[in-house]
Amino acid sequence: MSYAIALRCRKCGREYPLEPINLCDFCFSPLEVSYDYKSIAKAVSREKIIKGPPSMWRYRDLLPVDGAVVDIGTGFTPLVKADNLGQELGLDRLYIKNDCLNPTYSFKDRVVSVAITKAREFGFDTVACASTGNLAASVAAHAAKANIKSYVFVPFDVEPGKLTGIAIYNPVLVTVEGSYDDVNHLCSQLAQRYNWGFININLRPYYAEGSKTLGYEVAEQLGWLAPDCVVAPAASGLLFTRIWKSLDELSMLGLIQPVNTHMYLTQAAGCSPIVNAFQAGILQVHPVRPNTIAKSIAVGNPADGYYALRVARQSGGGACAVTDEEVVEGMKLLAETEGIFAETAGGVVIAGLKKLVSSGLIKKSELTVAFITGAGLKTQEVIAQGVHPFVIQPNLEAFEEIFGK
Amino acid sequence: MVKRRVKFTFPPELIKEPIIYKLGQRFKVITNIRRADINGDKGWVVLELEGKGEDIERGIAWVTGKGVRVDPAIGDIVEG
Repeated sequence: MSYAIALRCRKCGREYPLEPINLCDFCFSPLEVSYDYKSIAKAVSREKIIKGPPSMWRYRDLLPVDGAVVDIGTGFTPLVKADNLGQELGLDRLYIKNDCLNPTYSFKDRVVSVAITKAREFGFDTVACASTGNLAASVAAHAAKANIKSYVFVPFDVEPGKLTGIAIYNPVLVTVEGSYDDVNHLCSQLAQRYNWGFININLRPYYAEGSKTLGYEVAEQLGWLAPDCVVAPAASGLLFTRIWKSLDELSMLGLIQPVNTHMYLTQAAGCSPIVNAFQAGILQVHPVRPNTIAKSIAVGNPADGYYALRVARQSGGGACAVTDEEVVEGMKLLAETEGIFAETAGGVVIAGLKKLVSSGLIKKSELTVAFITGAGLKTQEVIAQGVHPFVIQPNLEAFEEIFGK
Repeated sequence: MVKRRVKFTFPPELIKEPIIYKLGQRFKVITNIRRADINGDKGWVVLELEGKGEDIERGIAWVTGKGVRVDPAIGDIVEG
């Protein structure tokens, strides 16, 4: 049995049983899983975690699941000391959490592994999601593993490479002809009409908890230490808030020292509602219409925007936005210095990190972790036009004509 | 009868218009406000709409046509 005890409204605090619901009936604010931390504190230890499987499920005691898990090998991805990039940017202790190396090449496997496990516990025979790529691929893969039917809805203009990366798992793949808002509108209606486990709607409170494993892993990999600074992308804002929650939980359970981490969120300038609110010094996150190449984080009306904003403020961190040109430069810089090919969201993080360091917000000596959440092969279109190989005939003369002897 | 949980975001020029009242009157939609934050500059209201499916759709189309942004109450459903 898990240590989850209820769902609690993040706004008014009302409690609900652990069911597939995501909004408070009174104020329509998001629900969050609450735990019996006293019992968890007795059950967990560093030693027990270290003896667990080399995956996200080594932190099972901190996740809201009861039975057998749906696992395709997610988590415990490398935390790389990024000396070359650190030198380039002016940081002595920079690490990259490379979450490209999950089974479907993005951090979404963490959240979906928990959500599909819960879907099976709740008895759903069908799961669904609306996505621009990463989430859909992960849902389709986990549903295949769990022998559950899946419907995935994507905008009609999604990149061809992403469609293939979804279709291979054989879900019911639906492309929706319409604007981004139309897809939102349709899927909110579908979620009400069909008794499906909608991954980021009625299963969202559980789905959200999977993100915490990113933070747990980083702390463990640093030798049970919270970083001084975290730089992470923000789409709905959920990942950002859960990294913070994970460090807070580890500290509360006595597994790490009290946390003094500064949380910095990054967004693409073409879709930066949370950054806009941070910079304006307001608490309301006003929706925007996305227009950026960083499609995987282009969420115009972020569900957890308010909470992400609060984490950035309360932790003494910040928020910054970068242009699409800077995104591509960020992708190249990471690849050329550390050998890591990130998708556009990773370019947002590296370009944002560069700005945060050059503006003096992140100091040279601070232990900083940048979160790379998806692999570059998913979004190669944005750099493909800049690829110009040398073309030669298959003989030595042709080679030496260009490169000399 | 169906229910829809939505968020209306009002631009400054519509703050003073009784749009939610008119929505209820014209389209026979019951409006039930749960949360709101309105100031002189901008405002949003999270509410539940209850009525016939086609009335709710026509009502939402009318509200959108007036310049109000309408989103699911949960926020964006499409994710990366």
